[in-house]
Amino acid sequence: MIVADKKPIDEVIETIKDYEKILLLGCNECVTVCEAGGKKEVEVLASALRMYFLNNGKKVSIEEKTLERQCDHEYLEEIRDVIDQYDAVLSLACGVGVQFTADKYLSTPVLPGVNTCFLGATEKRGVWTERCQACGKCILASTGGICPVSRCAKRVMNGPCGGSTNGKCELGPDTDCAWQLIINRLEAMGKMDEYEKLSPLKDWATDRAGGPRTVEREDIQS
Amino acid sequence: MRLEYPTNIKIVRVPCTGKVDVIHLLRSFEKGADGAYVVGCLEGSCQYNNGNFRARKRVEQAGEVLESIGIEKERVRMYNLSSGEGTLFAEYAREMDKIIRELGENPVKKAKRKMDAA
Repeated sequence: MIVADKKPIDEVIETIKDYEKILLLGCNECVTVCEAGGKKEVEVLASALRMYFLNNGKKVSIEEKTLERQCDHEYLEEIRDVIDQYDAVLSLACGVGVQFTADKYLSTPVLPGVNTCFLGATEKRGVWTERCQACGKCILASTGGICPVSRCAKRVMNGPCGGSTNGKCELGPDTDCAWQLIINRLEAMGKMDEYEKLSPLKDWATDRAGGPRTVEREDIQS
Repeated sequence: MRLEYPTNIKIVRVPCTGKVDVIHLLRSFEKGADGAYVVGCLEGSCQYNNGNFRARKRVEQAGEVLESIGIEKERVRMYNLSSGEGTLFAEYAREMDKIIRELGENPVKKAKRKMDAA
């Protein structure tokens, strides 16, 4: 899922302070799971903001709504009838949701309420880790299901590098060496011969470096 | 026991303190409460194992939210007691009442009154 983190409330206040009628828009997908921008977070933030502005003598109306997704036209259409009632939308969706909402409603400022961090997994409640960088050409089949692109700081394709010590990355003792993990897993699966194979040069053309990417599937387009 | 505790305390009954969420506490302040405290079972005695621990965390979270918007976090508090400790219930109520009286009125309530009058 896309992992996001809450923005500090001071930053949110600074962003919305010039508006009087604000729609706080949550998203029921990834940001709900990582507890940054779901219905509950919308309720809490809206309540806090209402109290803050009231306490500071400013009349601000903050209304709440949480859409099923903010990255799909059909759900974003649900606010078409009401969007003109607001001076701004504070979206607690990921960067995709914020942009898609902004695309759709050209004249309404759409402001981000969370920091979008990475594609990751829930290790345990309150801890999320990065697992994918969406490089566009998955090599997990040959690396024991562990991604050196997202989990190795150097994105080394034939690792580990010289900085790997006792299974940890030279970044620090909290970071596992991705290649150590790959070796451990290949060993456990009895597939160490995979490790001996040199990885060919990775085609980075599918990565972000090639500019914004598009996936087009003619077979399912209507 | 005929115990007395401050009459300004309004009791909201929940099936377990694990039901109490951050938003419930915040809404009480939005609606003008000067303070809010959660009284749960003793730690380790929760019938649902960890309801009171969850409540404690949420009380802490609510305190942090309040502090971030300039309201004293001491206005929210968590207490634990067993259902047989009526004396303690009254004592906690008096303690909370004292804390809130020292802190004074909920600033949001005061601000709202000022805004309504203007």
